[in-house]
Amino acid sequence: MCVAIPGKVIGITGMMGEVDFQGNVVKVNLGIVDAQVGDYVLVHAGCAIEVMQKDAAEELLDLFKELESLQ
Amino acid sequence: MNLEKVLQEIKNYDGNKLRIMEVCGTHTSSIFKNGIRSMLSPAIQLISGPGCPVCVTPSSYIDKAIEWSLQPNCILLTFGDMVKVPGRSKSLGDARADGAKVEIIYSPQEALTKAAENPGNTYVLASVGFETTIPAYSLLIEQMEKDNITNIKLLTALRRVQPALEFICATDQTIDAYIAPGHVSTILGSQAYSDLAQKYQKPFVVAGFEAEHILIGIYDLIKQVSNQCYEVHNLYPSLVKTEGNKTAMVYIDKYFEPGAAHWRGLGTMDDSGYYLRPQYQKYDAGSLNLLTENDDHVLSACRCGEVVTGRINPNECPMFRKACTPLKAKGPCMVSAEGTCGIWYRFADR
Amino acid sequence: MIVGEKVKVVMAHGSGGNATKQLISELFQKYLANQYLDKMEDCAVLPGSKYPLSLTTDSFVITPLEFPGGDIGKLAICGTINDLWMGGAEPQYLTAGFILEEGLELDLLERVVKSFAHTANEAKVQIVAGDTKVIQGNGGLYINTAGLGFKKTQIPLGSESISKGDAVIISGSLGNHQACIMSQRMEITNSIKSDCGNLGPMVNDLLKDNLKVKVMRDITRGGLATILNEIAESSGSTIEIDEQSIPVDPEVESFCGILGLDPLYMANEGKFLCIAAEDQEDEILARLKKNPLGTNARIIGRVADLGKNVVTVKTRLGGRRIIDVLYGEGLPRIC
Repeated sequence: MCVAIPGKVIGITGMMGEVDFQGNVVKVNLGIVDAQVGDYVLVHAGCAIEVMQKDAAEELLDLFKELESLQ
Repeated sequence: MNLEKVLQEIKNYDGNKLRIMEVCGTHTSSIFKNGIRSMLSPAIQLISGPGCPVCVTPSSYIDKAIEWSLQPNCILLTFGDMVKVPGRSKSLGDARADGAKVEIIYSPQEALTKAAENPGNTYVLASVGFETTIPAYSLLIEQMEKDNITNIKLLTALRRVQPALEFICATDQTIDAYIAPGHVSTILGSQAYSDLAQKYQKPFVVAGFEAEHILIGIYDLIKQVSNQCYEVHNLYPSLVKTEGNKTAMVYIDKYFEPGAAHWRGLGTMDDSGYYLRPQYQKYDAGSLNLLTENDDHVLSACRCGEVVTGRINPNECPMFRKACTPLKAKGPCMVSAEGTCGIWYRFADR
Repeated sequence: MIVGEKVKVVMAHGSGGNATKQLISELFQKYLANQYLDKMEDCAVLPGSKYPLSLTTDSFVITPLEFPGGDIGKLAICGTINDLWMGGAEPQYLTAGFILEEGLELDLLERVVKSFAHTANEAKVQIVAGDTKVIQGNGGLYINTAGLGFKKTQIPLGSESISKGDAVIISGSLGNHQACIMSQRMEITNSIKSDCGNLGPMVNDLLKDNLKVKVMRDITRGGLATILNEIAESSGSTIEIDEQSIPVDPEVESFCGILGLDPLYMANEGKFLCIAAEDQEDEILARLKKNPLGTNARIIGRVADLGKNVVTVKTRLGGRRIIDVLYGEGLPRIC
């Protein structure tokens, strides 16, 4: 129920960060995540709700591997 | 294992009829946008659940919001989804024609800029959402406290996912498996569903929003059901931890406390909503008084309640596509872009 | 710009007296002049034509008045001449009605009029009649343009011409204009530019050699999905498009992702769609791509059948879904 996409943190000032979504830069509140410049964060309604642990493509590959164990 | 094999297995599944509920409106939307239903075996049925905060918002909330928007020097700030939801007689969008001041925002943070630039105005923020959105409101209040801002108020219709899920698990035994909401789970953690999975013996997957994520989720549930396995599988580990985002929960807890809330279609459930704590009630715009809402005034023909709990598909509502269309929506399920009826109207086969 | 010692538009500028005369002569006539306008008469008398005449009108109320990629002046010319081109007519003459709200900065008005005139000159159309009015307000500006064109082409344009197998071609990436305008209103910084532009050279390249174009529509309000549905309905055809072939700039795609918008429903001001005969689709595509405004042109689908009106999309993973017209406003979403 929540429109959210990942973007890259390109700057931090206090609790606010600048997050880049393929060229769109939004001021995002980083208050509930522990993010550094260069991290990818999931942003919902101007608020970063999590730091991405691995990239999407890598995650899919891992998921397919895990599915093997469900047979 | 690869995507092709997953697609094959899902297409060729010929086991017992499987009813899978996907709770989150964003999942419903992604399923339709990617044409996933056209990839499923006829034995697999996907049902949309109540994961659309707009759809479950009582009409008294809209009426209250309209009331504020018509006050002198008062501006209502809202997300786009709420603008077309009908209240008792009209929507926020309709009220604009009567002089209502309604501005659309992307983030609650925008209220801060507006409030600072226009100190003579009061800004009432239509604060809806599940646990994904609530931290944003917490952060807003924190900033308001720091900067001593007194011209922002919150009209809240905040909902908790777990009570709604529990209600559905308890009342609808025909649902065999659940696709848990993806982004709410970043806050609550995949642990949020363990008790439900065990108590009701139903498998859960936490899935992302790309087509592949959802297909893998469906595949996982098929396997779990056939192996009589009732676990919670986190298939979105890049963003969802087992324990969730603890900082977010601390923030939610600091400013909000659970309380009874009315869900359109499900009724009033204890502890299913969040309200500003007593020491922050000074920022509230009348959210508590909406508790006594009942659905009496709702059109008796409107079946949104049954759609939102997955008991019927939109095309089983007598008004679907006839009296009720996106341009003249009778209920919230048709109005919201994430509402099941709205999505069915736009995407499903005629 | 100071007209009559004012830096902003005031009610007196619309009274018809000296202030009005000064506004016209010092601002409008500085940029708009030709044998018709110079006469300052109540109407323009134009030479007749052997070609059928095509007439259209459009009003422009966009805010902000200036935006990356254009302004309301440029839009007011392109919007109207594009409508003429879509009907196969070569634009010749335009009229212009300017409604100014008091408080409008004269410098801003001058920039708009300059851009308006420049766009018209580049498009080789003449503004032959004009009007200005001033109303109470807050610095707003609205422009209406009516356009007259000559239909020189013999190509039978219209939904009756559509056949099974026809290609659906679009002239470039979607969503740029609407994304640009919305960005100006929200706190999202990017370099998305409006695609506001004159489709004439591309269209003329197709018409002049009688290429087999059946229908042309500019992809404005409601977006591609709405236009396709209108064509499907008027021709009773099933149109199938391939999602992966639809060009969307990554920056626009991400912008849409942030706000929960769908590029298929977003307005463009310099893109058009054409339904083209299958045996000439490659030639038509090549001609579009030669033009600077058409470098991203693609064949995105086909008329699959005649008889049932519906538009379907083949999704990235091979699924199928129906797309419908835009309902409501296409607002940013939270959920």
